Amino acid sequence: MLRFVVIRLAQLLPTLFGLSILLFAWVRALPGDPAQALLGDRATPEAIDRINETYGFNEPLLTQYGMYLAALFRGDFGESIRMHEPVLSAFFDKLPATIELSVVALAFAVVVGVPLGYIAGRRAGTNVDGGIVVLSLIGSVVPVFFLALLLKYVFAIELEIFDSVGRQNARLDATHTTGFYILDGIINVQFAAAWDAFKHLILPGLALGTIPLAVIVRQTRGAVSEVIHEDYIRTARAKGLRSITITVRHVMRNALLPVVTTLGLQLGLLFSGAVLTETVFALDGVGQYLYQAIQDRDYPVLQGFILLIALLYALITLLVDLSYGFIDPRVRES
Amino acid sequence: MAFRTLRRASAASVIALYLLAVSGCGTTDPPENSGQPDVDAQQECQDLAAQVEDGEDSADDRNDAGGETADTFIFGSSASPITLNPLHASDSDSFRVAHQIFETLVEAEPCGPGPSPLLATDWTSSDDGKTFDFTLRDDVTFHDGTEFDADVVCWNFEHWNNQPEGMAQSADITYHWSTLFKGFGDDSIYESCTTSGDSEVTIELNEPFASFVNALAIPAFSMQSPEALEKWGQIEDGGDPTATEYATAHPTGTGPYQFSSWNRGTSVNLTAFDDYWDGPPKTPHVTIKTIEDPQARADALRTGDVDAFDLVAPGDVPGLRDEDFTLIHRPSYNIQYLGMNQAAPPLDDLRVRQAIAHAIDREQLMKSTMTPGSEAANQFVPPVTNGYSDDVTEYEYDPEKARQLLEESGYEDLTIEFNYPTDVSRPYLPSPQDTFNQIRNDLQSVGITVVPVADQWSVYLSKIHGGEDHGIHVLGWTGEYNDADSFLGAKFSEETPEFGFTDQEVFDQLAEARGLPTPEEQEPAYQEANEMIMDRLPGLPLGHGVPVLALAPRVSGYVPSPVEDESWDTVTVREE
Repeated sequence: MLRFVVIRLAQLLPTLFGLSILLFAWVRALPGDPAQALLGDRATPEAIDRINETYGFNEPLLTQYGMYLAALFRGDFGESIRMHEPVLSAFFDKLPATIELSVVALAFAVVVGVPLGYIAGRRAGTNVDGGIVVLSLIGSVVPVFFLALLLKYVFAIELEIFDSVGRQNARLDATHTTGFYILDGIINVQFAAAWDAFKHLILPGLALGTIPLAVIVRQTRGAVSEVIHEDYIRTARAKGLRSITITVRHVMRNALLPVVTTLGLQLGLLFSGAVLTETVFALDGVGQYLYQAIQDRDYPVLQGFILLIALLYALITLLVDLSYGFIDPRVRES
Repeated sequence: MAFRTLRRASAASVIALYLLAVSGCGTTDPPENSGQPDVDAQQECQDLAAQVEDGEDSADDRNDAGGETADTFIFGSSASPITLNPLHASDSDSFRVAHQIFETLVEAEPCGPGPSPLLATDWTSSDDGKTFDFTLRDDVTFHDGTEFDADVVCWNFEHWNNQPEGMAQSADITYHWSTLFKGFGDDSIYESCTTSGDSEVTIELNEPFASFVNALAIPAFSMQSPEALEKWGQIEDGGDPTATEYATAHPTGTGPYQFSSWNRGTSVNLTAFDDYWDGPPKTPHVTIKTIEDPQARADALRTGDVDAFDLVAPGDVPGLRDEDFTLIHRPSYNIQYLGMNQAAPPLDDLRVRQAIAHAIDREQLMKSTMTPGSEAANQFVPPVTNGYSDDVTEYEYDPEKARQLLEESGYEDLTIEFNYPTDVSRPYLPSPQDTFNQIRNDLQSVGITVVPVADQWSVYLSKIHGGEDHGIHVLGWTGEYNDADSFLGAKFSEETPEFGFTDQEVFDQLAEARGLPTPEEQEPAYQEANEMIMDRLPGLPLGHGVPVLALAPRVSGYVPSPVEDESWDTVTVREE
């Protein structure tokens, strides 16, 4: 097991190295430059030169890359050109919001998707199956920003059921220890604050959750429809086991394996920062910060954030692979 | 079979839904003027200021009427502040916080850009524009208990002039000192600061700077606590001054609010300074919340997540007004203009530029693309500026004349490139796409073919400023203090790739005006400069935009300022 982890982590290094080169080249290939973006309408040729000098943008590319790599080895991801805050701390500052949103979105997708997938799988080929599949396609077909705006207008503005903007009502003056607002509310025994933070995630979670929902429904449906035709299910029925027992202990346990894989991958994808959802609901997460960085041509942020997201995604996939061993004894043996 | 039909039908309906959604975007026609009332921003501002002064809007009256006031005023800003030390900032969000925590020697007068007493109660300037005497207010203390006196003023000036080398002297960080004082140490025009007792201080410059006192209203020149700076504000060699402990956690001023906490990227929290010299502020807590998306900001106001927000988009104004939100119009202190690159023929022909000037209906442009109260411009400085001239050449809207001029110059079938930014909103240019559409329509109706070149903001700027081929473009500028140089200096002091303008006479005229020792002497010189510029027409001034603030009806006591010098100590929020 340990060998497995070490090998996987070692394999990560060349990937990240290659990615850092690609990112370095890509940000510099974007038209426009950070000096111009920073100075805005106040730009003068002298001021632009001064900024380029300060950040070394006038140096030859290889030198710039060398300095960047050297800093990276020291754990120094640089500073945002616009915000002047260290990229690494900005990333970990924004990550909790994105994680919270992703978890809520995924939870919704699982809670709604797995049962729907099961029903569709059991009744494969019928109208019910068709209807469920089409419903789940909403996520893949309807653009997230449209759904986000629609939900916001109907439920937050017209019906006033949910709050629309931000992660929490500023007037609550909640204490934040971890940056995960729901968790903070619980830890600090400020349950109203925790509930408020959760309420702020309902609409964005719903909007964002439609993306993994489609995948989860299809995956579960496929897995279930396969498993129920297996011999051992026929045996179980023949043995006279109750329907519930068959469903939970035999069908779902086997069907869920591919679904778990999907969950891990979906979570990783969501982490890469639901940019549009975060923007519409003003959730201060990685996606929104990255979007602003693209506008600003903020090279250190673009390079650093994307590298860190890739790292995070790779770690999640590793965890998913490890979890196989726990779920499926057949994998453990090999 | 049925299943397949069902799938097709649902797919079709989803596609239809999607098309419906995206059809709302990217209209080619500018919005109709939906019967907006005429707004006189200046008058509105004067009325608000008078109300606040008379105390009509005070919390006491409201309490008498039986209402409670809320504990916190929440303001929605469009971007996060970059630093809380205003010396090293130039963005309006950092300054917005600075206006609550810090104070300057003078502040902008109510509703105007000129100076009004604040930490200095009186001042005189010498005839040569180099020596300035200030009488300071008594009984002012900093948030950390330090006394404010003449020594503190000199300490601050010396501190600004002697910023460590490296980032602290970089023009993009310490923008205002380096631009207005032309450098640091021996390179700057600052000479010395001497005190006479606790309340008298004299600043000496080695070159005349007629608008020195006006410029002191800029938040970059806020008085800061020497003790706090010495304790927390040490900048390492070449280090980043915006990241010191002082700038991120201990900004210490004399203003009505003191720093409480900064949740970077999300909100800044301030709390009342009870020993403020003018009495504690009416609302004990202030939160400035960052909401980047303009739509989300407006929605936050609707749901009560914020009590006010800035820079309302023109398209949102009627809706918010219909929903009974209070709209406050800042008297304008900016300019929107159409630049014409003389390095790209035939824009080097004056008649072509004049033709373009006559072809554009500026009144209509303001009505249909800008917020109410925005007015057409006839020169590059707003009317309240010292140096505004009543005698500039006017280019009235006259499409016939435009066609005539084009014919005369041999360009009846002119084709020009029109650069504009796509994803930005500035106080002088809230909806670039609408402005572009309107101007393009005007130009096309006199026979000019427009080739649109739309770009993202930083790409757009690098084309305009970077000397690449560009034709006409739309841009603008916001003034910061009462001086024509605040507008003209940046654009017409020397040849720039933006305009391809090489008229040495204008450069000389501006240099001369800048060097005159008093605003009174500068006035005719700047007027002449404005007249010269409008004759040579490097660009066409289009209008002065009125930035709009939206407040919830429960908010009162907010007085706007054209240079955003807005302190919230008079604001109250009624509890609901």
